[in-house]
Amino acid sequence: MSEYTVQDYKFGQPRWCPGCGDHSFLGALHKAMSEIGIAPHNIAVISGIGCSSRLPYYMNTYGFHTIHGRAAAIATGAKIANPDLTIWQISGDGDGLAIGGNHFIHAVRRNIDLNMILLNNRIYGLTKGQYSPTSARGFVSKSSPYGTVEDPFRPAELCFGARGRFFARCVATDMAAAVGCLKAAAQHKGASVVEVLQNCVIFNNGTYDSIYTKEGRSKNAIYLEHGKPMIFGENREYGLMQEGFGLKVVKIGENGVSEQDILVHDAHCKDTTLHLKLALMEGPDFPVALGVIRDVEDVTYNDAVHAQVEEVKEQKKYHSFAELLETNETWEIK
Amino acid sequence: MANDKKTQELDQVIVRFSGDSGDGMQLAGNIFSTISATVGNDICTFPDYPADIRAPQGVLTGVSGFQVHIGADKVLTPGDKCDILVAMNPAALKTQHKYCKPTGAIIIDTDSFTEKDLQKAEFKTDNPIEELGITCEVVPCPITSMCQETLKESGLDNKSIVRCKNMLALGLVCWLFDRDLSLAENMLRAKFAKKPEIAEANIKVLHAGYNMGHNTHASISHTYSIESKGEKAKGKYMDINGNKATAYGLIAAAEKAGMRLFLGSYPITPATDILHELAKHKSLGVVTMQAEDEIAGCASAVGAAYAGALACTSTSGPGICLKSEAINLAVITELPLVIIDVQRGGPSTGLPTKSEQTDLLQALYGRNGESPIPVIAASSPTNCFDAAFNACKIAVEHMTPVILLTDAFIANGSAAWKLPDIAEYPAIVPPYVTPDMREGWSPYKRNPENDVRYWAVPGTEGFAHRIGGLEKSAATGAISNDPDNHHNMVEKRAEKVAKIANYIPKLQVEGDSNADLLIVGFGGTYGHLCEAMQAMNKEGKRVALAHFNYINPLPSNTAEILGRYKKIVVAEQNTGQFAAYLRTKFEGIKLHQYNEVKGQPFAVANLVEAFTKILED
Repeated sequence: MSEYTVQDYKFGQPRWCPGCGDHSFLGALHKAMSEIGIAPHNIAVISGIGCSSRLPYYMNTYGFHTIHGRAAAIATGAKIANPDLTIWQISGDGDGLAIGGNHFIHAVRRNIDLNMILLNNRIYGLTKGQYSPTSARGFVSKSSPYGTVEDPFRPAELCFGARGRFFARCVATDMAAAVGCLKAAAQHKGASVVEVLQNCVIFNNGTYDSIYTKEGRSKNAIYLEHGKPMIFGENREYGLMQEGFGLKVVKIGENGVSEQDILVHDAHCKDTTLHLKLALMEGPDFPVALGVIRDVEDVTYNDAVHAQVEEVKEQKKYHSFAELLETNETWEIK
Repeated sequence: MANDKKTQELDQVIVRFSGDSGDGMQLAGNIFSTISATVGNDICTFPDYPADIRAPQGVLTGVSGFQVHIGADKVLTPGDKCDILVAMNPAALKTQHKYCKPTGAIIIDTDSFTEKDLQKAEFKTDNPIEELGITCEVVPCPITSMCQETLKESGLDNKSIVRCKNMLALGLVCWLFDRDLSLAENMLRAKFAKKPEIAEANIKVLHAGYNMGHNTHASISHTYSIESKGEKAKGKYMDINGNKATAYGLIAAAEKAGMRLFLGSYPITPATDILHELAKHKSLGVVTMQAEDEIAGCASAVGAAYAGALACTSTSGPGICLKSEAINLAVITELPLVIIDVQRGGPSTGLPTKSEQTDLLQALYGRNGESPIPVIAASSPTNCFDAAFNACKIAVEHMTPVILLTDAFIANGSAAWKLPDIAEYPAIVPPYVTPDMREGWSPYKRNPENDVRYWAVPGTEGFAHRIGGLEKSAATGAISNDPDNHHNMVEKRAEKVAKIANYIPKLQVEGDSNADLLIVGFGGTYGHLCEAMQAMNKEGKRVALAHFNYINPLPSNTAEILGRYKKIVVAEQNTGQFAAYLRTKFEGIKLHQYNEVKGQPFAVANLVEAFTKILED
């Protein structure tokens, strides 16, 4: 049992717009932290720039609100310098995938032990409504009055392309599932990417309408759980099966399909093929996948860095500056 | 016969090795300077290499040079022009002969002066000496064929054999200056420890070169000897270049401060060797991260500083451009960070392997907002050690990013360095919070003496707080848009940096105490300016030198010193950045300027000429 309560992690009064998904997410993060039970002073929350990146100011932990796009790189340095810190890196879709895209993929590639939260509202909020790298083709915004003519990133695809070992997805207002994803991310050693789908009430209202309510999710989403069959629907009447190289939605009890025929989720599978297919599912033909889609253990960058330091300490005979000097070719003036 | 030759005793001599960038000229030069230092001579070296890794063989752009100045007494520069030039091919002769004194001698490898070689070097006639109008002594030696002859029974293939020809040239030069080959042998055995057959082949060729000289195949008019003079401080010495000395300074500072050393960096000429050096020393707990880009190099260092490390990032001018936003984050959050800028020719990619002092104003002012940063400039290869140490001390004790300026010339140049006793260096004491401060603490409460905030490193119980790039309230540490608070914070950050003047050494003046002309410089030009000053003093001219290591803040006695002289000339390798800076600090000050932006070190002779003119005008 954790000795901490939600209150121990709360700080200040959030200043996001009423109805913003960030409020719900913040609540989920406080709750997840209280259940994980790491002391607030051993946690650092590091963010970039944007609406969601204000989050560290509402945490009673150590917090670092940095510069646009660089949160992943700054968090990487912090984790290497002090591996005992638990680090949550908070970015939005612009911060993490546009200006900070390079740091995002490299943090994931290195598998540095960070909990990397990507708050995806598919819009630039703080600069008042421009399209983001996750906005759909044709999206109309202040900077794309005739619709965008470019395709968006799909965060899971980017994460797996960078050899991501952990990817989970939740809806900001879906407290229980969000807490579950955050706890799983914290549990996972290495770069844990959690995509949080959130609504921007001001500039992109309704972007996740089909799955933003409990009712909507029961129809249009599937909660994936490791070791459990992939069943969804208002009455759990649908399931996922493999068809050729792809997936198909089937109705249980029809055409001879029984629950035994439904795919069982294996989040620990090293191969990303099925994880990618699940992560890329979208309506109206497929449910949106929520929960922990991928969770594969691997060596972390910070562990490897420090293991190498220890290894070299064993191998080399010099362990102080004075001893280092003596490793050089020298001559003496007497 | 060798015995008939005159042996000329010299106080100093300058040797320049030149050839294709793959000819091993840097190695030959390095060995020669180290063995000279070992016998007690003073040394100063300058590798002058092209940006191309391997330009096509024999072409003009692929010439690599290595100059070493050897002195019986103290030498401060690699010298203007050389006494002995080794030119391994026509391209080297064509591009390098201008660096040879009229009284000097040029040793050429006659085997590489075929018609084809001459064409590659764009000669129009078959007599390159005449075509270039060379009047000094030229010593033709069959270097390549002697090398092949020596190793014909070695079992090595021809390519490996020809690769040893730099050692033939080195052997010849060693004979010329009466150098002991056993030291060179040791260095070669150490360098090729994993390939003993290559080491032995090189040693054999080295001896062949020495014997070739001895047996008068080298028809040179005289040999030289350089005895060691002057009182050198007793102790152990090593040969060190500026980049290595910088890396050592960082290591020593981290040990003194009891902090983990972290370097976030991205490869860039001419700074990369700092990353290479630090990456080796994990046994000292050093952590290096080769980041995905320059920005991440600096950003990771800011993160490491936030988490309590002695954090550094190393780069050159283009990298500073990219890092400036992350540097500013360290300015406003008041975190310690050391940024090393090994300056090279600019703008843009500019002259990557050449040296300039053109990043000074960028270091001082190249960020958005009011962004005061301490700037330190190292003045010689060996001074890079102290400069890096002091940069760390200021960064940590004053909770600020510090920019350390070095340049390609001192970063790659080397000199003899007396091994420091780290116990004699000052302590470095980070201003950590203490448990008694908990009550009413906030992140921007300052020590009134130096305006430094106290440091609560994440993980410290009872001090959880939030910092960031947004302006904060001086009193509470919360985000603040209050106009007066911002004005106050802008002033406080500036005052904090200004007060560092109370903690740095005063400006020293060298040379004639009643000088009519004060030479002013900063950073890597120290050796040349000092030699120019000494040369003028010898001629009876009343000049002095004030050389700056601390640029921001300036030493507290700067105004007083500059006020003493009728004439001041600021000499720098840019179009007048330090002079412009001094004019902003000391309104109405009259400064003469000497500026050169050629990517090459100053020439002492040119300085003397220019300063004499200013003096006599």
